Amino acid sequence: MVNQEIKQKIIEIIEKYKREKEKLVMVLLDVQKLTEFNYIDREWVNIIAEELDIPYTKVYDVLTFYSMFSTKPRGKYIIEICKSAPCHVNKSKEVVAIFEEVLGIKMGETTEDKIFTLQYTSCIGACDISPAVKIGEKVYGNLTKEKIIEIIKEYRGV
Amino acid sequence: MVNVKINNIPVSVEEGSTILEAAKKVGVEIPTLCYHEDQSVKANCRICLVEVKGAKGLVTACSTKVTEGMEIYTNTKKARDARKTVLELILASHPMDCLKCIRNQKCELQKYAAEFFIEELPFEITYQMIEKDESSPAIVKDLSKCIKCGRCVEVCQSIQTVGAIAYSHRSDEYRIATLFELPLYETVCVHCGQCSLACPVGAIYEKSEIEKVWRALGDPEMHVIVQTAPAVRVSIGEEFGLEPGSIVTGKMVTALKMLGFDKVFDTDFTADLTIIEEGNEFLQRLEKGGPFPMFTSCSPGWINFVERFYPEFIHNLSTCKSPQQMFGALAKTYYAEKIGIPKEKIFVVSIMPCTAKKYEAAREEMKSSGVRDVDVVLTTRELARMIRESGIDLKKLPESEYDLPFGITSGAGVIFGASGGVMEAAIRTVYEIVTKKELQKLDFKDVRGLEGIKEATVNINGLSIKVAVVNSLGKARELLEKIKKGEADYHFVEVMCCPGGCIGGGGQPIGTVNRVRQERIEAIYEVDRNMPIRQSHKNPVIWTLYEEFLGEPLSEKSHNLLHIGTVH
Amino acid sequence: MQKTLNIITENVGQIRPDSVDEYIKIGGFEALKKAITMHPLEVIEEIKKSKLQGRGGAAYPTGIKWEQAYYVDKNPKYIICNADEGEPGTFKDKVILDYLPLRLIEGMTIAAYILKSPKGFIYIRGEYPESQRIVSSAIKEAEKMGYLGDDILGTGFSFHIEVLSGAGAYVCGENSALVESSEGKSGRPRIKPPFIKNSGYLGMPTLVNNVETFACVPYIVKEGGEKFAGYGTEFSGGTKLVCLSGNVKNRGVYEVPFGTTLRELIYDIGGGLPEGRKLKFVQLGGSSGPCIPESMLDIKICYKDLKVKGLTLGSGAILVVDDSNCIIDFLKCITEFFYHESCGKCTPCREGNKQLLALVNKFINGSATYNDLETIKKVGQIMKEAAFCGLGETAATAHLSLIKYFEEEFVEHINKKCRANICNFGGDKDGKR
Repeated sequence: MVNQEIKQKIIEIIEKYKREKEKLVMVLLDVQKLTEFNYIDREWVNIIAEELDIPYTKVYDVLTFYSMFSTKPRGKYIIEICKSAPCHVNKSKEVVAIFEEVLGIKMGETTEDKIFTLQYTSCIGACDISPAVKIGEKVYGNLTKEKIIEIIKEYRGV
Repeated sequence: MVNVKINNIPVSVEEGSTILEAAKKVGVEIPTLCYHEDQSVKANCRICLVEVKGAKGLVTACSTKVTEGMEIYTNTKKARDARKTVLELILASHPMDCLKCIRNQKCELQKYAAEFFIEELPFEITYQMIEKDESSPAIVKDLSKCIKCGRCVEVCQSIQTVGAIAYSHRSDEYRIATLFELPLYETVCVHCGQCSLACPVGAIYEKSEIEKVWRALGDPEMHVIVQTAPAVRVSIGEEFGLEPGSIVTGKMVTALKMLGFDKVFDTDFTADLTIIEEGNEFLQRLEKGGPFPMFTSCSPGWINFVERFYPEFIHNLSTCKSPQQMFGALAKTYYAEKIGIPKEKIFVVSIMPCTAKKYEAAREEMKSSGVRDVDVVLTTRELARMIRESGIDLKKLPESEYDLPFGITSGAGVIFGASGGVMEAAIRTVYEIVTKKELQKLDFKDVRGLEGIKEATVNINGLSIKVAVVNSLGKARELLEKIKKGEADYHFVEVMCCPGGCIGGGGQPIGTVNRVRQERIEAIYEVDRNMPIRQSHKNPVIWTLYEEFLGEPLSEKSHNLLHIGTVH
Repeated sequence: MQKTLNIITENVGQIRPDSVDEYIKIGGFEALKKAITMHPLEVIEEIKKSKLQGRGGAAYPTGIKWEQAYYVDKNPKYIICNADEGEPGTFKDKVILDYLPLRLIEGMTIAAYILKSPKGFIYIRGEYPESQRIVSSAIKEAEKMGYLGDDILGTGFSFHIEVLSGAGAYVCGENSALVESSEGKSGRPRIKPPFIKNSGYLGMPTLVNNVETFACVPYIVKEGGEKFAGYGTEFSGGTKLVCLSGNVKNRGVYEVPFGTTLRELIYDIGGGLPEGRKLKFVQLGGSSGPCIPESMLDIKICYKDLKVKGLTLGSGAILVVDDSNCIIDFLKCITEFFYHESCGKCTPCREGNKQLLALVNKFINGSATYNDLETIKKVGQIMKEAAFCGLGETAATAHLSLIKYFEEEFVEHINKKCRANICNFGGDKDGKR
């Protein structure tokens, strides 16, 4: 069963974009933010396809094409570690290792409390402060282990 | 005209021609995989690379238009090496189990592998096994073999507007996918099989039921009978090297007899019967005032399409079953009684140009005899395989006649195989029933041909009957949208799911392109012209059937056996 | 001599980015006011004189592009600003988006005025949500003040700009993919022809330019094309925003005149490498760019000089890599990037990147042979020659250039030796995919 409240919210998003098919990417981005879990549910895809009158498979195409979309629930905060060359030469691999150690999860996983998901991102334009990560919409740079522990604490609200 | 040189040979081609087309004119076949003559240019496989003097790097012949004075070189070392490397890259992620592949010797990729002779691949083998999708009763999808040319997607999305499959993901994950990778059976797929015709390799194909037929033929307890659809007689010759449009009715009947079928019947007979039932249904609707338009119901892909996308039009569909299913129902009732064999011992095989017929025959409501009316549906391709497996060369066979009683047919029955045929057949009969006058001219050329939407107005006893004929689901969608908007008001509409009608069906020989469809259409009308009877109501056996068994058109018995409750 | 200039980046950080008032105080919208008194062809003439070339990477002469767009006889025409800045190591458009969005808006509005375009889009990559907000706010403010929207400056001319977001796809930086994505579809490049200039957004003529390109326009219109051109070299007019990153002390975005050498950039502006480190190579123009050794640093930043050497400036990313890095390990990072970003549509790119990744991994885990070195070249070459779009064509640039300049280190890896002691040859789990 589709949660009627979510359905209503999805329709509101579609209305916000004047039901334009061309706004599918924008709609999906907004829908992904509807819950704390940063993902797009199968059922919601059906609603979007029907409301925008786009073949289901075409919505699925867009959903799987762009790396920012997820069809699986993720953590409340997505920690995205830049995987690009400028961060790589500034030893981003070590940053990955620290996050994995501090959070106790591997790359691509979500913490048990569903607070954090650890994943890679392509360049976030923070090469001047590399190695850099993005948490939600915030960017952190020049990372050290101490700094990372602090950041995680902050998000956990400890 | 544009003058160009291909490998130093001057050639003059029409403006707007591609290098590929120009090269063909001087006898140079540039390899292609994603190119399909009836589709848009995709240029994604990159195997048609050639050199053009003055151009930066190589160009794709399929997408590059010729310009005046262009000098094209198709066989320089650079071009040959590049094409070979592209082929090697494709092969590195292809299973290369050609011996076990349904498209063995009918595969475009295999053909190039043979021509290029690649002894050893210089690349890592990156092919990954993906489980086959065998959920559909009609079509098998084997993504392991997919070379991602996109031809199936264009057919499904643009020509049929079904959209069961589309591109998804990217890079190595890039694939032809259903919604959330659901099995085909759970998607909006109408099982038309046009994708299987478009596929250059063995990634989408008909679900083979040959084994079931061999088993029945080998069972001495079973009375195995076969019906052949109108469109098969003008296409199966291609499987044996004959020119498109070759008429091989008699040879095909001989082949079927040689395979061991007890009786060989003609679906044209039940096509004639359909005309009587559907014609009367139409007259009844005229009396009752609707619902209009009445849509034909013999194309199972079309029925699926209405059910999935336009359920509001279900009541507009004629309640008549398709000729295939009428045949099955009669075979296990009337015929069974007539020859004194219980229906359980009769095995009905259909030879159809269609994959959706497999889906149709498997429907729950297609058991009006009490058991499954049609046991197995084989496509034209499958029958050809059985004939080849038996070592029979169709070309060389003598001709035989269909068996009685379902072997006497009319020209109206045979034209069911081409878009417009059902309409024309109906008019040939309805006109005479209503006016009680003989038609002077039997040919209704307005409704014939490959064009997507054809319209005509027929004057019957002062009443103007507006008819339309549609082929391909994309065109059907267009028409339905017009009707929904109140922009069209037809009385009777014939819809065929596949481009060109059944002669272009998804079960037809590989290589079914519009050019070939045109040849088959001409052949169908040639068969019609040469028939002694050309109108369904003039088929005497039809009336024998009514006398002996059904009573009269639209009788209760007809309803039980030949029609479907209004909800399909 | 002054090494950096402030032509495009004038007043960066000195004004509130979305404040029209503050922007006007620093001379904002004067160019637009001037442009609406000029004939469109006069404006185009100034741009031609400026020698401005597309700053996104392709370096197509902007004046010519606009002139072609002007003469396309089909309406409406759309304008799209490519703010998909996806080339790793490039973060210069972000500076304009975050600090001077009104300069971009002014540039786009001038273009719209010339083409009588009713609608424009700023397509900002999904990785820049903050920039999207700033630009949206600037658009609203500009509309409020009559510099954008309906009846701009009382001329009767209307132009609306909408911000579109990407959702994580490098290939969308390619113009036709950008248009596809702007239409809400997957960003797979379109076949050309038809070209975007004739048949772009919704099949209509579309002008696509990079953020920096549009941001150069107000200066050119206000001060004249010749003055702008004067900052650069004979062939490359004006200034360029370059992005210094990697193993260099002063990382950041700098506006430099064309003609500056890489050495000046890295050592004078960038302050050189961290103490005790030696320069290994420099990658020019992002991950799709060539890697060049120290001996080539005296080359000038100039489209023509670079072209002569078979190089390009690309987006303006300059990645400095020191000797603590292993060439193959670096290459793996690059290969994984393209492997992840290929749209998958064409064979050379989809299969080529897959092969490259497998090959590079062989060098890392110690199973590579001399043959594999040849195969990398073969794959790289076919990608360069046969791929559908720029992504595939350039994905092996780093491979081919690193083999050209550092072949001996590939050979060392065949013999299981890694100078930087990064590759662990089979013992390391990272050696596998």
